[in-house]
Amino acid sequence: MKKKFKCDIDCAACAAKVEDAVKQMEGVVDAKVNFMLQKFTLEADDEHFDEILKNAIETGKKIEPDFSVEV
Amino acid sequence: MEPKLKKELKKILLGIGIFFLFMICEKLHLLPMIFEHRLAAFAAYLIPYGITGYPVVRKALLGIRNRQPFDESFLMFIATIGAFATGENSEAVAVMAFYQVGEWFQAYAVGKSRKNIAALMDIVPETANVESPDGTVETMDPDEVSIGDILVVKPGERIPVDGEVLSGESMINTAALTGESVPRAVYPGASVISGCINGEGLLRIRAEKAFEDSTVSKILELVENATEKKSKTENFITRFARVYTPIVVYGALALAVIPSVISGDPATWIYRACTFLVISCPCALVISVPLAFFGGIGAAGSNGVLVKGSNYLEQIAKLRILVSDKTGTLSEGNFKVYKVCPKEAACAPELLQLAAAAEGSSTHPIAKSIREELKKQAPRLLEALAPVTESENIAGQGLKAVVEGDYILVGNKKLMESQGIAVKEIEDPASTVVYVGRIPDKDGRPEFLGTILIRDIIKKEAREAIEAMRNAGVEEVIMLTGDRTSVGEAVGRELQVDRVYADLLPQDKVRCVEKLLQERNTEEQVLGFVGDGINDAPVLARADVGIAMGSMGSDAAIEAADVVIMDDDLRRIPMVIRIAHKTVRIATQNIVFALVIKALILLFGAMGIANMWAAVFADVGVAVLCILNSMRILRTRRTI
Repeated sequence: MKKKFKCDIDCAACAAKVEDAVKQMEGVVDAKVNFMLQKFTLEADDEHFDEILKNAIETGKKIEPDFSVEV
Repeated sequence: MEPKLKKELKKILLGIGIFFLFMICEKLHLLPMIFEHRLAAFAAYLIPYGITGYPVVRKALLGIRNRQPFDESFLMFIATIGAFATGENSEAVAVMAFYQVGEWFQAYAVGKSRKNIAALMDIVPETANVESPDGTVETMDPDEVSIGDILVVKPGERIPVDGEVLSGESMINTAALTGESVPRAVYPGASVISGCINGEGLLRIRAEKAFEDSTVSKILELVENATEKKSKTENFITRFARVYTPIVVYGALALAVIPSVISGDPATWIYRACTFLVISCPCALVISVPLAFFGGIGAAGSNGVLVKGSNYLEQIAKLRILVSDKTGTLSEGNFKVYKVCPKEAACAPELLQLAAAAEGSSTHPIAKSIREELKKQAPRLLEALAPVTESENIAGQGLKAVVEGDYILVGNKKLMESQGIAVKEIEDPASTVVYVGRIPDKDGRPEFLGTILIRDIIKKEAREAIEAMRNAGVEEVIMLTGDRTSVGEAVGRELQVDRVYADLLPQDKVRCVEKLLQERNTEEQVLGFVGDGINDAPVLARADVGIAMGSMGSDAAIEAADVVIMDDDLRRIPMVIRIAHKTVRIATQNIVFALVIKALILLFGAMGIANMWAAVFADVGVAVLCILNSMRILRTRRTI
């Protein structure tokens, strides 16, 4: 399943960092953090999607405290 | 302004206010017990430093914890610590405060351009009204509409998914999607695309595509992906930033250590090293160059042109050879009566009426074009068409029909000759020549009535567009067509294109473009192909830049093309070339300006001529100026 969310991210470099970290998480097929459009795209297993999403947001926040996602 | 930005700004201004207050006190020797005492002064200056720089310090520490320390926050942190350590308290705060001003400004600028683009993307329908078989209407998310559902679109609402009008008539506003400001009339049977705004009438439409396959979703996805296809300039900046920062940081390290050991004056050299660190951030480039391209894509978008990536925008700026398809691109793509030449000064509408009567209700393009012309010239005559009592198609020649007892002949010269009708021949390579003759029932003496010239009419803006393209740097305009050579050449002459290749099958067009790609002198001569997306998807893909036009709703074309012109106005091509030029120009200006200033300050900093204030300007000032420069692109006016 692939879903898009509005997100808050402060700079292009931060977006890239969060993106890389989320991509490496288990269960994540693909992830994108688009700084210009402030969009977070997550593609992950259908079954655990909500859980993975929650973890992804947490991981992002750990790297960039300003990262937040409107679910 | 977003609340978050507002809060940030207040904090920065407060910090700067306190900072200036302290500076004044220090310079005027007002509070000697604080500012003459080194530690107390440090503690005092730590207040504005903390107010303005807290997020930076936090990020720097976080970077260290996550083992990704080499970012700008870290550099600023080190530079300011260095400044504090060498006793330059005020400069440490200034660096931090103005760095934050720059950061704030970047966020503001990006937010603003984002809003401009969001306005372009404000095409997403919020709801859909689905009518169930029993007549009740339910409002739901467009996502939930399935194909075949009947939707009710009220006046002022957006059409939720692509579909076909079942009942109702209205004028729909397609401006957000096509850039075309004149509303389009729709009626039962017309297909409508999602995202358009319904005018005054109530429409009932049948959903033909799910929301995710509808035009709106396609466009949004396209724009979102556009920022991911980087231009060469952007890639250069990324690569440059990757080497620039470490080089300057190591330079700073060397500057702090080596001369200190030799000369034994560490304070001076550490201070100079800190100026290096302040300049080491390539932010001016890293943010302003992508912003320029992002803005360029946005500016094109609000003019009804979707550019699928920064790289294509860059290519368009170098467009030198433009290859164009004829039918549907330079020409209207359907037959129209171009000229009516009755034999005597007799009335043209009557000739048309006779021909139209003979054609009956034929759906042949020629019959249709004659009926349309008659409708335009004399609608009353069209209503009073005499019925056909007998009709015979003569293959390759035309038509022989009986109308009100007389034989009417509509066809080419061969048909007229076979019936013994002497015609006044007309030579027009660009047209299909249709002769009309009559054999009256009463005396059987064949007579020639006149000629109707039918053409695939050239779009009225084509000449103007081609000329504007030449002014915008296109060196050669080449036309490809599947039509006969005589037709192709006649059209080519009229449009003043440089070369015409006629009699081409679709696969020949690919070969032709490949040949042209090999023939050109350098790769720098970018070759663009413009087509209407019907049959030319392979050519669109093969050209350096494939431009599809009039392709609203044609998925194949949108997918194959690099640039999509939402309506079929050719003048949007020169316009997007101009936007591309402006974008590339601004990006280049930013690169040159930022690099020159930074290099100068680095040099002067190492020599001790430039202090940290100059370094702050080289970092933040340059970034702000570059961003302002980039924002100019968003002010590109609409020209069509």
